[in-house]
Parts: sequence; C-alpha cells; structure tokens
Amino acid sequence: MKLIIATIKPFKLEEVREALTTAGVRGMMVTEIKGFGSQSGHTEIYRGAEYAVNFVPKIKLEVVVSASMADEVVATIVNTAQTGKIGDGKVFVLDVTQAVRVRTGETNEDAL
Amino acid sequence: MKTRCKPRQFKEKMKMQKPLKLLAATAGLIALPTLGLAQEADTTPVNADIGFIFTTFMFLVTGFLVFFMAAGFAMLEAGLVRSKNVTMQLTKNMALFSLASLFYYILGYNLMYPGDGWSIDGILGAFSITSLEPVGLEGAEPDLTYASVGSDFFFQLMFCAATASIVSGALAERIKLWPFLAFVIVLTAVIYPIQASWKWGGGFLDAMGFQDFAGSTVVHSVGGWAALMGAIILGPRIGKYKDGRTVPMPGSNLALATLGAFILWMGWFGFNGGSQLYMDTAGNVSDISRIFANTNTAAAAGGVAALILTQLLYKKPDLTMILNGSLAGLVSITAEPLTPTLISSTLIGAVGGVIVVFAVPFLDKLKIDDVVGAVPVHLFAGIWGTIAVVFTNDAASLGTQLYSIVVVGVFVSVSSAVVWYILKLTTGIRVSEEDEINGLDMSELGMEAYPEFSKG
Repeated sequence: MKLIIATIKPFKLEEVREALTTAGVRGMMVTEIKGFGSQSGHTEIYRGAEYAVNFVPKIKLEVVVSASMADEVVATIVNTAQTGKIGDGKVFVLDVTQAVRVRTGETNEDAL
Repeated sequence: MKTRCKPRQFKEKMKMQKPLKLLAATAGLIALPTLGLAQEADTTPVNADIGFIFTTFMFLVTGFLVFFMAAGFAMLEAGLVRSKNVTMQLTKNMALFSLASLFYYILGYNLMYPGDGWSIDGILGAFSITSLEPVGLEGAEPDLTYASVGSDFFFQLMFCAATASIVSGALAERIKLWPFLAFVIVLTAVIYPIQASWKWGGGFLDAMGFQDFAGSTVVHSVGGWAALMGAIILGPRIGKYKDGRTVPMPGSNLALATLGAFILWMGWFGFNGGSQLYMDTAGNVSDISRIFANTNTAAAAGGVAALILTQLLYKKPDLTMILNGSLAGLVSITAEPLTPTLISSTLIGAVGGVIVVFAVPFLDKLKIDDVVGAVPVHLFAGIWGTIAVVFTNDAASLGTQLYSIVVVGVFVSVSSAVVWYILKLTTGIRVSEEDEINGLDMSELGMEAYPEFSKG
C-alpha cells in the first residue's frame, strides 16, 4: 500500500476529486493548509502599505491505495492539478505498513 | 447673496427668553434683518405659515438623515478595525453620540448661536441651556420666516455629533474608553460650538465673508484636527510601524465598512441639503435639489478617482480606499454644494478622492496611525473643499478662505492638544500593551463582537 500526499491549488480540488474517483479511488483525506515552496509567498497592498504573504493557502490530499494503483493515482493528480504556473504543488509517495477498517476490523488492502 | 449663517435664529430665541418684551423686540428684530435681506422678503409666501412649516419639516427630515450618519460612522469603523476591537468601537460610537446630544443642549447650542447674547462679540457665544418653544407654540410667536427652534436645534445637534464621530475612528484599537469620552464632552460642549459660532453663529469669520455652506471646515476639518492631534499624542498601534515599514492591519469586515460608507453617503444629502436652511420658496427647493445632485456627483467622482488611482498605483483596486475616496468627495463638496455645476462637482469630488489615496500612505510615512483614514478624508479633503469654494462662488475670496482654515485649524489643534495632554497626564489615554494586544473588547469591556469565532 502507498500513501500519496499531494498539495494542490485550492481551486483544483473538485477537479482532482472527480478524476480520482473515476480512476477508482474510494476515499481521501482533505485538509486546508498554508505553506510555501519555490513560489515562496507573494506581496499584497492594503491601504498603500505593501505586505508579504509568506504562506500561501493550499489543499493537502492524502490518499491510500494499493501499490499497483499508486502510479496511476499520482499521474491523475499531476495531470489534473497542473496549470503550468508556479505554485501548482507537489506529490509525495510513502509506504504504508498497515491499514484497518474500524467498523469491520478488515485489514490492509481489504480495508481500503 | 444669501448669507449662510442663521441671522434669523436669534430673534426667535430672544422671544422665548424674554416674552415680556415680545412686542417691542419682535417689531425691531424682524425689521432689521428684513431690510438687510430685502430680496428674500419678496419671496415670502402669502400664507407665511407655509414657509415655516416646510422649512421646519425639511430640518426634521434632513436632521434624521444626518442622524443616521452616526450609524454610518459606527459601521465604517466597526468594519475597518480588527475583530478584537469591534465591540469597543461600537460602544464608543453609541456613547459619543449620546454624550454629544446631551452636552450640545446643555452648553453647545447657545455657545454656537448666541443671537445678540455674545459673551465676547463675534468670538465667544452665550453660556446658557437650550430651551424649546412651548407646547403648541402657546403664547409664543414663532419667526415665520425661518423654522421652529426645536427643528433647528435637532438639525444642528447632528452636525456636532458627526464631528465627534470623526475622531473615534482615527484613534481606534488603542485608546481607553473613558478618557476618549471625556474628550468628546469637551469637543461637543465647547470646542466645536465656539469655532462654529465664528461662521454659522454670525461671528467674526462670517463677518469677514468666509464661505462654508455645510461645514468642510466647520465640521469636517474640526473633527480631522482633533483626530490628528489625538493620533499624534496617542501614538500608533503596537506593531503598526516596524523597521521603517508600515504593517497593514486589515479590517475585520469590509461588508460593514461598505454599508457604513453608503449610509454616510445617504446621510450627506441631509447634511448638505438641509444646510440650505430654507425650504419656503420654489427657489430654495430648487437649490436643495441642486445640492442633492451635486453632493451625489462629488461622492461618485471621489470613489471613481480612488478606484482608478489604486488600480494604477497598486495593480489592484483597494476597496477601503474607494470607500474613503467617495467620502472625501463628499467632504470636498460640503463647503459649497450649491453653486458648482455637475461638472465642477465631479472635479471637486475627484480631487478629494485623489487626495485620500496619497494622504493615507503619507500619514503612515509620518508614523501617524489613523485607523480608518479620518484625517485624509475629513481634514485634508475638508481643506481642499474649503479652498475649492472660490472656483464656483464669487462671494468667496481665497484669502478669507485660507485665513479661516488657519484660524479654525490653530484653535482646534491647540485646544484639542491641550485636552489630550491633560488627559494623558491625569488618567492616561492609552491601554496597556497586554490589553492592546488582547484586544479592547475583552480587556476593557469583557465582551466580544464575534464570540463564536474566538479561541475560547
């Protein structure tokens, strides 16, 4: 099993969710986050005074899928979330050693 | 040329105060101003009651329009302060309006309109409490060429309260409640009425030919000067200026701020329209209409100027500047909303909007922290509006306008600064650092405006 963590632009969330469910993903965790990467914030002006927005709002997706699906899911996220402009986000893939469905006690891939 | 002071005002009050001399006084007093303003006498309608009724009615309607500006100030300020200070800002606005209402009748009104009861001729008015006509005008002969004393008092009171409202926004988020209210009492009972008597009470500035129709100087710059002195003596909010840079402290609710600006805009029709002072002839009604149209035009031009200018300067329009810009347009046209054409009104208002966009960062450069932009809007645009009178009104001279701006400015700045310093040395005017950072809502009042969103 793989845990796929992706940060994306907030306005892309709905598109990514649709693409992932079409690809067979049956669950995901979504968090509103702030952070910076190579975009490293930007500046705004309020009443004539410039100020830096150091942390940019993003959406963090966490999806656990079977190892065989992982590449397809990563590709789907990248293809859907991409705008080509700075700040599109990143995708990380980690190994998952165990999974349990709380309701039934099913484990690992059966629990996904 | 119609005079903008209230020459007829005192006749009525004299009658009220000295009913025994009624016959003699009435004969003498009506005769004098009528001779002086012969062209007005020609327009008196056949049934003299009609003029009295309509003018009184106009004062009541325009008076409650100006009253509602108190709500406008409250919403504008509530929206432009941070959420931890909203309850305090609302409390101040409610309290200042109420205190102004009381102290204007206790002292202010007769200081401002002494009639012939000046303590020092043309400079210091009368010290007495305001009294209204008897119920049903029983035993009184009203001045049928003007309006009821009650309506005039009600209308003028609203201007006094507006002056105090201007101050509260500039000093938001760091001033203690009670010292602020103490200042409001001095401002509304003494400072505002004394300088207003110089023009509208028929004092020495009026005698010199100073022109200020509805109060760019008499109301707005006075609030602006008092606010500027307060802001300087009080100092900026903690963290506002760091390492030579200005740190923005965005307002809590721009929807409320916008509502406030629109309410002020609406109230201004009463502010300027009612300052025509007469609605007894076709000419006066037409003038009031002209004033409404000019006032609206100037506000619009100020807003558009700020919209375009912030887009050009900052790449994005700044709503708070557009709000300030339209208000600056209104302040600019207030000194002379009657004589300009629509095109002149557009230019006068637009310059007001431009002034605001440059004045807000300018004050920040000087490290003067004016939370809502009260000084740029009311003082700077007020000065501009007072000068702009000379472009459209032949009765105004640049020298007299400038002289009056300076005289009023010096008087209000010095007296305000003295009061602020006395308060600073006695009670202190600023909350502690911890209280300021925690927000005045909890530290001074123990009550939050938006408790659902608090951390607790």
